[in-house]
Amino acid sequence: MLSSAQPAGAADRPDPLAEAAAFRNYFVKKFPDVKLEEFANGPYALNEGMRRQWQEIDQFPPYEFSLEKGKELFATPFANGKTYADCFPASGVGIRQNYPYFDAREGQVVTLELALNRCREVNGESPVSYVGDVMAALTAYMAFTSRGKPFDIKIPNDPRALEAYQNGKRYFYTRRGQLNFSCATCHVQYPGERMRAEVLAPALGILNAMPIYRSEWGGMGTISRRFTTCNSQIRGVPLEPQSEEYRDLEYYLSYLSNGLPISGPGARP
Amino acid sequence: MIIIVSSKARWRIFWLTLMLWLAGNTVSAVAAGSETEFKSAYAAAEAAEKEAGGLRNQWTVTEAALTNAKKAAEKSDFNSATEWAREAERIAKASIFQATSEREAWKDLEIR
Repeated sequence: MLSSAQPAGAADRPDPLAEAAAFRNYFVKKFPDVKLEEFANGPYALNEGMRRQWQEIDQFPPYEFSLEKGKELFATPFANGKTYADCFPASGVGIRQNYPYFDAREGQVVTLELALNRCREVNGESPVSYVGDVMAALTAYMAFTSRGKPFDIKIPNDPRALEAYQNGKRYFYTRRGQLNFSCATCHVQYPGERMRAEVLAPALGILNAMPIYRSEWGGMGTISRRFTTCNSQIRGVPLEPQSEEYRDLEYYLSYLSNGLPISGPGARP
Repeated sequence: MIIIVSSKARWRIFWLTLMLWLAGNTVSAVAAGSETEFKSAYAAAEAAEKEAGGLRNQWTVTEAALTNAKKAAEKSDFNSATEWAREAERIAKASIFQATSEREAWKDLEIR
């Protein structure tokens, strides 16, 4: 794994450990009253009114139907008799915090959504939509089995992994769309502020609650759905779900949230 | 009030009116934009949008302007179609500028 020590002359090389520490420090300083692990709860960590509403809503969580469906789907055998459990370490239980990971054999980032569809294809099933209800249900169940476990994303000592991290970072900070927003515009510069009726979530811990039930959507949304709709909202044409850029972005954001607990599936306004 | 004009003057008015009418129609035909003009404007817009696509930075508004251009052309409203195509090209070029300038500018936002 990478250490924060860098050789002389490597000023332009990313230093994930130091960068993650700086990133965390930025949010801790910006919100001194918020406990670190609370950032996994997004806007509810920053806005007391919203937090109380969420606690009420969570008595009967709106993602519960999806969670049940995901559990059932996960256990239902494919046509060849195998199940999702056969594709994952620990039978897929309690492993969400390790995704995405960098696959050294393939030389690319593998997300949980990608791994689930690959599992289907290997077992003779057609892939499901990355922005649809089935993917949301499956990831909801897997996230639920990891609740409370801290994100543990690794960047192996492989220049390609570091490049994927750097590409994710570049995507995060790059302005795009007619509104000229980057991901960071909302989630670094203005978390806790309102954009219309929404309270913007902090980038730290932003993926810990995924997938989420969004009242605005009237249903569940995967990480792919969140990324693509974010791009549309700023009037940018979204990339293909699970494109290399989005997977690298997920890798970068998840790495920065290392140590924060998985809180998904979540619910948002 | 009665204005008395000579026969020579009546002819002048007649010719002037005719010329203005002809000129007006010719001008409006040019302003309306021909199909050829539309096709040229649309091709330029498509090329710019393709370039933005290569930079992975297309904008939804460009896509919408291209769609509007096509719809107007289908109704043979080449004036609107050409205007939409030119608008699409303008926005596509802005998205190209954004992608190009952000190649380095993104670093200014990074938390260090």
